[in-house]
Amino acid sequence: MGTYRKGNAFYKKSNRKNDDPGHRNMIIAITSGKGGTGKTTLAVSLFHYLAEAKNEPVQLVDCDVEEPNCALFLQTEKTGEHRVDIRIPVINPEACTFCGKCHEICAFQAVIMLPPASFIEVVEEQCHGCGACSYVCPEHAITENDREIGKISFFRYREPDDFLEGRLKVGSALQTRVIRELLEQVNSRGTVLLDAPPGASCPVVAVISQADYVLMVTEPTPYGLNDLQIMVETVRQIGKKAGVVVNRTGLDYAPLYAYLQQENIPVLAAIPFHRKYAEAYAEGMILSEAFPEIREMMQSIVKAIGS
Amino acid sequence: MNRKPFEIVILSGKGGTGKTSLVAAMAGFTGNCVFADCDVDAADLHLIFQPQLLKEELFPSGSKAVIDQQDCTSCGVCMDLCRFYAIQFSHGQYAIDPFACEGCGLCVVACPAEAIRIEENHLNALVYSHSRFGSLVYGRLGIGEENSGKLVSEVRKNAREKAVQTGADWILVDGPPGIGCPAISSVTGADLVIAVTEPSRSGWHDLERLLEMTGKFKTPVGVVINKYDLREEMSEKIEKALEQRKLPVLGKIPYEEKVVQALVEGKSLPEALPDHPLTGVFREIWEKIERMAGDI
Repeated sequence: MGTYRKGNAFYKKSNRKNDDPGHRNMIIAITSGKGGTGKTTLAVSLFHYLAEAKNEPVQLVDCDVEEPNCALFLQTEKTGEHRVDIRIPVINPEACTFCGKCHEICAFQAVIMLPPASFIEVVEEQCHGCGACSYVCPEHAITENDREIGKISFFRYREPDDFLEGRLKVGSALQTRVIRELLEQVNSRGTVLLDAPPGASCPVVAVISQADYVLMVTEPTPYGLNDLQIMVETVRQIGKKAGVVVNRTGLDYAPLYAYLQQENIPVLAAIPFHRKYAEAYAEGMILSEAFPEIREMMQSIVKAIGS
Repeated sequence: MNRKPFEIVILSGKGGTGKTSLVAAMAGFTGNCVFADCDVDAADLHLIFQPQLLKEELFPSGSKAVIDQQDCTSCGVCMDLCRFYAIQFSHGQYAIDPFACEGCGLCVVACPAEAIRIEENHLNALVYSHSRFGSLVYGRLGIGEENSGKLVSEVRKNAREKAVQTGADWILVDGPPGIGCPAISSVTGADLVIAVTEPSRSGWHDLERLLEMTGKFKTPVGVVINKYDLREEMSEKIEKALEQRKLPVLGKIPYEEKVVQALVEGKSLPEALPDHPLTGVFREIWEKIERMAGDI
């Protein structure tokens, strides 16, 4: 899987939609500006519903690589795993003439150099593995080593590889890279559900930009509304179709509904707040398995997205 | 206190565990304090603080390569070298995917036709404001922009400057969820980390990863368990596990719908319900934090 392309790009380029004119997959990203609104609950519930329905293949991809939680809810069998590496430069001080070219080109301030002390080193935590330093080094004093930044795991829930998880190595700051590598592995047919990380910055954009439809989960509170507005702007900028699921209704914070109406954003489902849902979630249960009314909601969400 | 401001970062690993509500609830007890909202993807503290804006500054939000099509000879060298798959050939020309480009500049030096340049965006914002609780500095990420880690450092740097200027005793930082670059960036150099968790399987899973991340720093850590009564056995399990790791539990907050009601009114819980038992819980948490800070 650590397939190398011509040159030295290191992503396996496989299931990208644009490469395959005959693609038939439908990629749904499940997002929320605010954390803890119920993204994973919804993703897992939809996945279970579709996997049981078996009308077409479905795949769940946990893209919240910093804190992947889907696996806690699913009884699966792990079928494979591979490392996500970047290539970190190692500078040979014997060959180095301290010309400073590597230090100068590095956009991430990862090369520390003190010519009077004949000291030169790469700060691995800051390095993005772009290869610019080794490219510009006139002395060929730079070689590269693999450094693990995360893992991609393959699982079987109902079908082989129908659940994938990306997991950032603790301490690494390159979450977006792990997500990109993970997205190269998605199925090219059927429905693909991407459980996105919270927020609206680069890791989330990496997920949304691969999707056909964005399902935004929010809650009726001022926080929920504020973070949804940021998410809506992001989704519109990228130009994707989107709808909302309002979770924990019952508090009925009116400005949220006013906003949704004014912006003409469809509400695909409203999940009422119930202590029984919160408790079932805390136990690690799948809501669409445990509660028939949630299963019905999943059905109407799938229908609404399909039309 | 006669020393430099003491900086406390509130983190959670998992989102939605109640970080921001905890910061807001403690804000009434902190005395002379500067607040920093470092959840730059979704800064929410200002919704309760309702501050008066003083100044907004734009901040670099990342660099992207741009190909000048007139000079491009379509040799494809850039595409072969790019490790981020940021260069694509479509409709007869090479183009940069701005969402994939990390702005490393390799293509710029490699292009034999000198057709590629780096452009820097300035779409991230730093906001300075004043509120009834004290100064609030927060960040606002440009839509889909990067550099959230750098923006976090910048927000903290400015909060520190403000705290030194005003002789504040404390800096309270509402941190980002997760354990990636913005979270790491919010821990570096802080004096104390408060991790907020909830008694669910995901709450514990995410707390363990967060503790592994903070374990790479020397910063001491205390834990607050929110909504602990939603699943008391799970709360007890978390407490036991923390005891084994010699990490103090600074408080257990019961589930209370009134927190959300107060939020809808734009108030912190102690403001909305000064005599509610929960207000006492938050006060005790703050007092424990003060004592912990005194021992550091």
